[in-house]
Amino acid sequence: MMEEMNNKVLERLKTKFAGAITDAVEFRSELTVIVPRERIVEVCRFLKEDPDLCFDLLADLCGIDMATSSNRFGVIYNLYSYRNKFRMRLKTFTEEDHPKVPTVTGVWGTANWHEREAFDMYGIIFDGHPDLRRIYMPDEFEYHPLRKDFPLMGIRGSLELPKK
Amino acid sequence: MIGEGYLATKLEDVINWCRKNSLYPMPMGISCCAIEMMAAAGPRFDIARFGSEVMRFSPRQCDVIIVAGTTTFKMAKVVRKIYDQMPEPKWVIAMGVCTSTGGMYRTYSVVQGIDQFLPVDVYVGGCPPRPDNLLNALMLLQQKVQRGECKGTAPAFIGDFRGRSIPGSLQK
Repeated sequence: MMEEMNNKVLERLKTKFAGAITDAVEFRSELTVIVPRERIVEVCRFLKEDPDLCFDLLADLCGIDMATSSNRFGVIYNLYSYRNKFRMRLKTFTEEDHPKVPTVTGVWGTANWHEREAFDMYGIIFDGHPDLRRIYMPDEFEYHPLRKDFPLMGIRGSLELPKK
Repeated sequence: MIGEGYLATKLEDVINWCRKNSLYPMPMGISCCAIEMMAAAGPRFDIARFGSEVMRFSPRQCDVIIVAGTTTFKMAKVVRKIYDQMPEPKWVIAMGVCTSTGGMYRTYSVVQGIDQFLPVDVYVGGCPPRPDNLLNALMLLQQKVQRGECKGTAPAFIGDFRGRSIPGSLQK
């Protein structure tokens, strides 16, 4: 039944966005679809608003640092459909120089804080985000700590301590 | 008959005796150590036996701040602000390894020992320390108060702090 649903979702996406869906992986009968970042908002809106698929919950949105020379940063969207009791993932990648991905806050409001987290930890800029501030680290912090090139113990003097 | 010096020292002793038997704690429960701190205040361990049952949630009424939990750089400013609001004389108990040395959090966001920004009087090891250990820390602190020590002079250690003699050396 899971395979049926996976095939159905993939077919719908491929017919709707012909040529845009470059790659899809199935792991432990869960579907992951790679989407180019220019089309991510369209794809998300389609998945949410299509009456059959109805992925109405963005369960999680997170960043990833692949530490590769091209397509270094990625964003992963974990979707869930309450009606179909069905999960799937979307992945999109962006370059190191200008890591920009369009925001999906217009599709799921919950993406707001998740995108702020990904911005704080990886420095991925979400174009069109209404309030792209840091969410964990202090505002004056200059680095993005979950990037692979950030040292585990931090950078000396980057975080201020009160005087003794 | 009674010299000035004699009376003054005795008065100080009396004051210190009063202080040590009514230390009001500021419960700075930042993470899981706070649960053990609450247990120490409960009827089984009963911190009231040592006159410290009056947990005040206003720092202005407190004598000792029990920093119980992982202190991040962001939280350090808050802890320091609360410490600054406490009236003199004041003492600090660093409860748990996270607070004392950073503990298992060898990472960029956690202060590797609150003695980088606070004068600590008693360090308590353990993850988390049992309520008995907190009571032990309180009794050691009472000895310090009786001797008139504060502001982190001659800090006491509970637990094994060998190899951690310079907490915070990784980040400073």
